[in-house]
Amino acid sequence: MNWKKLSANLMCLLFSIGAFAQTQDVPMADGMRAEGKIYVVVAIILVILFGLIGYLVFLDRKLTQLEKRMPK
Amino acid sequence: MRSYWWKILAVLLVTYSFVGGLLFEVPRLFILNETIRALYFHVPMWFSMVAMFVTSTYHAIVYLRKNNPEADIASSSFAEAGVVLGMLGIFTGMIWANYTWGSPWDGDPKQNGAAISLLVYFAYFILRGSISNHEQKARLSAVYNIFAFVAMVPLIFIIPRMMSSMHPGSGGNPGFNMYDLDSRMRMVFYPAVIGWILLGTWMGTLLVRYKNVKEKVYELEETVR
Repeated sequence: MNWKKLSANLMCLLFSIGAFAQTQDVPMADGMRAEGKIYVVVAIILVILFGLIGYLVFLDRKLTQLEKRMPK
Repeated sequence: MRSYWWKILAVLLVTYSFVGGLLFEVPRLFILNETIRALYFHVPMWFSMVAMFVTSTYHAIVYLRKNNPEADIASSSFAEAGVVLGMLGIFTGMIWANYTWGSPWDGDPKQNGAAISLLVYFAYFILRGSISNHEQKARLSAVYNIFAFVAMVPLIFIIPRMMSSMHPGSGGNPGFNMYDLDSRMRMVFYPAVIGWILLGTWMGTLLVRYKNVKEKVYELEETVR
């Protein structure tokens, strides 16, 4: 058994564990997701997005009406 | 662009990016943490701004070749839409920088370049506003528009890549690898970019149509007098 190879493998394993633990340690808003509160945020920004897009559609229609009234 | 299917597509894609941008998995990275999701909203602003400026410059060149007032209207309208998107990009970038770089404005080459190129485009509107003769206004601003676009390319795409910068995609290696954009993020990011470009185009075409109606109203007023 060559100890060099084994120790190299162990080192690799050690580092990969370290890397794995590191990514899991990064603080993310996991609690917010677990509680389902994130859906509240999604709902709120969607209401605002649809409100603004609805307004854009409203303006678009007004403009179409005006264009139709214009003499050629 | 008379049909409206692309407007529905724009709404669908942007809505998808809002939902997916908040709910889908993202890479867990230090410093960025959950703010990595800002990429889905901040970066498409710049992509769509550049798309608007390309359209604006294209119409400026068309104006110089054919001297048709419609091209001038299109050129100025898409420049306006591009500036709106660019300002949203600057402000979202400042908020993001405040929490990841420590302050809203560090004099980062990418930030400075973006701010200068927006100022160059502000000067475009000042130039337009200062000339009353329609033809002169259209011709001068078309020439300036090409200059502004040519100035934007090094300011945003070349200089930040030659200098060290904290902004991803700067300081050497360009491209998307620097964004840590893995395949999960691409699934939201690219639809967001297409959606915002279409939404910007919608804003631009609304301005074009408004200005065309305004021109006709002026003409009618002239005939009545």
